[in-house]
Amino acid sequence: MARAWKFEDNVNTDEIIPGRYNLTTVPHELAEHVFCEVRSDFAGSVVAGDIIVAGKNFGCGSSREHAPIAIKGSGVKCVIARSFARIFFRNAINVGLPILTCDEAHTIAEGSELDVDLATGKIHVRANRETLEASPLPAFVLAIVQAGGIVPYVREHDIEELE
Amino acid sequence: MGTLVEEIFSHRLERPVAAGDIVIAEVDSIMSHDNTTPLAIEAWQKIGKPIKYRDRIVIHFDHAYPAPNIAAAINQRRALDFIREQDIDNFFHRGICHQVMIEEGFVAPGRIIIGADSHTNTYGAFGCFAAGFGSTEIGVAWATGKTWFRIPETIHVRLSGSLALGVFAKDVMLETARVLGMDGATYAAVEYSGSLIESLPMHERIIFANMSTELGAKCGLIGVDDTTIEFLESQTQARGPFPRLRAREPSYQQEVAIDVTELEPQVACHPRVDRVKPLSELQGMAIDQVFIGTCTNARYEDLAIAARILEGKKVAKHTRVIITPASQRVLDQIIADGLVQVFHDAGCVVTSSGCGACIGRHGGVLAPGEKAFTTMNRNFVGRMGSPEAEIYLGSPAAAAATAIEGRIADPRKYLE
Repeated sequence: MARAWKFEDNVNTDEIIPGRYNLTTVPHELAEHVFCEVRSDFAGSVVAGDIIVAGKNFGCGSSREHAPIAIKGSGVKCVIARSFARIFFRNAINVGLPILTCDEAHTIAEGSELDVDLATGKIHVRANRETLEASPLPAFVLAIVQAGGIVPYVREHDIEELE
Repeated sequence: MGTLVEEIFSHRLERPVAAGDIVIAEVDSIMSHDNTTPLAIEAWQKIGKPIKYRDRIVIHFDHAYPAPNIAAAINQRRALDFIREQDIDNFFHRGICHQVMIEEGFVAPGRIIIGADSHTNTYGAFGCFAAGFGSTEIGVAWATGKTWFRIPETIHVRLSGSLALGVFAKDVMLETARVLGMDGATYAAVEYSGSLIESLPMHERIIFANMSTELGAKCGLIGVDDTTIEFLESQTQARGPFPRLRAREPSYQQEVAIDVTELEPQVACHPRVDRVKPLSELQGMAIDQVFIGTCTNARYEDLAIAARILEGKKVAKHTRVIITPASQRVLDQIIADGLVQVFHDAGCVVTSSGCGACIGRHGGVLAPGEKAFTTMNRNFVGRMGSPEAEIYLGSPAAAAATAIEGRIADPRKYLE
């Protein structure tokens, strides 16, 4: 069981983690400041396994990987959004933060209790017993996520195997 | 046959590829800077494999250089230790990474360049594929020399007409952002063509590739023509032969046509790059700081137009005006041509080259409640310091006019 933290469209990387905190890459240190300017209660209240539910274009802005690292460091299990910004999408996969694209993400209410199956993309909303379907990840992306990120993948495999 | 991005990858892989294909390709240059190199080193160390091609790694110090605090100094120390241990030749601290990449000849048609910076797109103005990647993938590419790409669909922006006095590529790009929106090109390539693009010099074409990032695009591309090749041969260290890559019988996901003839100077209003209004509607808004700089608008021609407006005038008494050239070479040029003296006489501060105030950590940080008018490419909350400050984006000419009046001002009256 996980609690949903709702965010609007176009959450940018400066909102996820302001540039002035990007002097460290330690996940739990970044997590202390995650969303500090737009959602000051987040870092103090988020519980391991919680889920971020957002609108369109989540993670737009800079290429900073500090953003998905900060979210992962906070214990968030996955991010569900209507769409993701391109570099954030790649970075999240590469650091091993699961992300699901679901066009109906906006119908999930703040604080909803969710059961998410990352392998199938099924999102069960407990309150109304509804199940939403997220787009399945392409096979090569799944391979990277299942390895725990691109670094563990490349450590164990030849990158050509992805093709 | 295909869009420009399909042509570039087909050229490189020596087989036809199409949008949607997933390919593994060799990369020609792997770029990172002081902010992103430490994470790339961490990723590379975790992989535990040797550097594949030492000469493809290019590292720049530009974001917070010279280091403004101990944490930045430690990051640079880590990068320097790596550069020394791995004997990396391509190490630069002479301006904004994207400008130096072009000047030093790493950018040329048909190349595939990845960089740990979201404005790596800039190089696409030269008919190459260039995109911003995270540091982890940079570390992976150091170890493998390759990475995976999904060939993107393409949005075609056809620009026609001619620019009125006081209107620049920046204004056209802001108008494009207004039309397409901040997520209007997510995952896509944006290809710019048409009579306007054909007529523009490279320093103006670069704006479109550079700010494609602000549309969510994977890359921004312009086909190769005589202008591209003449610039590369005369202004950079790149050496040909340069393939004349252009779209051939392309199939686009979306087509947008904009005639710029009637376009006025534009401003992107805080805090969204697509919240764009004609400058005339914002005229008179008091501005605390003007910043002319960044990988978007701090090339010689950008500073020359600002100097033309500021020559013989004084900036407003209570407005700080900061000019940060894109590179040491640009700084050398504005010293040689007397533009630095023009800026000094007008009351501006000219800083050393680099990213400067754009990253909100040094060189012009904003206080709560302040408003800045800048030539940057993004105006997010907190970008230049205080999250309670506001950022407005426009052309170098508009910034210079605003500097004189201390309020958002129309550059056209200073250019007649």
